[in-house]
Amino acid sequence: MNDLDAEDRLRFEQLVVPHVDAAFNLARWLLRRREDAEEVAQEALLRACRFFRGFHGGDARAWLLQIVRNTCYSWLEKNRPRELMVEFNEELHLQTCPTPETIAIAGDDRERLTRALEMLPPRFREILVLRELEGCSYKEIAAITSIPIGTVMSSLSRARRQLYSALVNSPRKEAVREM
Amino acid sequence: MKCDFADSLLQGYFDGELTAAGAAEFERHLQHCVHCTVELVGLDLLSGRLQLAQLYEAAPAWLRKKIRADLRPVAPTTAKPQPLLWHWLAAAAALLVLAIAGWRMSPVLGTDDYQVELAEEIVDAHVHSLQPGQLTGISSNDEQTVNGWFKGKLTFALPVRDFANDGFALQGGRLDVVEGRTVAVLVYARHEHLIDVFIWPTREPEKSARVGERQGYQWVAWQKGKMEFCAVSDAASAELEQLHRLIAG
Repeated sequence: MNDLDAEDRLRFEQLVVPHVDAAFNLARWLLRRREDAEEVAQEALLRACRFFRGFHGGDARAWLLQIVRNTCYSWLEKNRPRELMVEFNEELHLQTCPTPETIAIAGDDRERLTRALEMLPPRFREILVLRELEGCSYKEIAAITSIPIGTVMSSLSRARRQLYSALVNSPRKEAVREM
Repeated sequence: MKCDFADSLLQGYFDGELTAAGAAEFERHLQHCVHCTVELVGLDLLSGRLQLAQLYEAAPAWLRKKIRADLRPVAPTTAKPQPLLWHWLAAAAALLVLAIAGWRMSPVLGTDDYQVELAEEIVDAHVHSLQPGQLTGISSNDEQTVNGWFKGKLTFALPVRDFANDGFALQGGRLDVVEGRTVAVLVYARHEHLIDVFIWPTREPEKSARVGERQGYQWVAWQKGKMEFCAVSDAASAELEQLHRLIAG
């Protein structure tokens, strides 16, 4: 991260570093594993640092999350390309083995919600995470995911409906193939 | 059965993304659309559940720390006084064979810019050295012992002097690499602070001291008797200048 001069470093620390949690949270939900999210969030921050000279003010969180998202998708393409192709796959969902701690800390509902969210296609998952967990506006979501605002609205609608049916129906009978 | 508004306007209304006029229009619609009313309650429940479950996962503390550290390779917090526990590693042997390259001025930068850049590299080297196990050296407060250690490792004579009586106690010395050249470093302790004095030969004419600061570290650089000196520390600038006067005589 040494390519930044002292002034840029300070700006980066003030504008971008406060959003490390947001970066990690998005990576965690897109990749579904904390270890992978740690690696990719780190890489995304490095990229952000490299591109920082090109950032001329504006919404630093959206700017960073856009980089995190792109880094996540590149990582998935390279490491788990199947995940980007299939819209819904029970196997994938079964691969995530929640650790005893996460179950202990999490209530029943947290565990159910986590599984339901992780069953959604990445593009629906990210939009829910950005809206419900990160509290992003439609405009920010549009900027982060590079889709028009109108599409944000309809995607949110479908994502919510999918999440809802994933929660209501048993996962085995569930076949969400809408995308 | 399904309402046309359900997909877009309902979401927008729920998320507070409609204009005032749009929201008012949707509310009028809500008054006679059971479907949208039920959906709205469902959205509210789902969203509430997501919030309650605390699904947000914050970054682990080490990640934030690492990013900060990467960002600021010279974080002032690392400047705690540490005992000089030099690790005698085979790396010392490698350092021995490094000849001291000639002093070259950068053709691009002016002397002052270059001086500042160089000083900054030295500050980084100083901070790097504060991490244990980074460099090998000699830990001693005895001038002769330190001098003896440097003999054969340098192509120039090093003025090793202890200024304990003036409050700058010699701690030892080591070799370091600055701009690809091997340089000698003398280490002094001043109260709670460690001061590194980087020394190497130069062809530059004598120059009075220049001072600077980089991320909480002070540096003083000067040239005297065909040698170049740069003292670095988190001690106050005045203390560095005092040491400069002692060394420069």
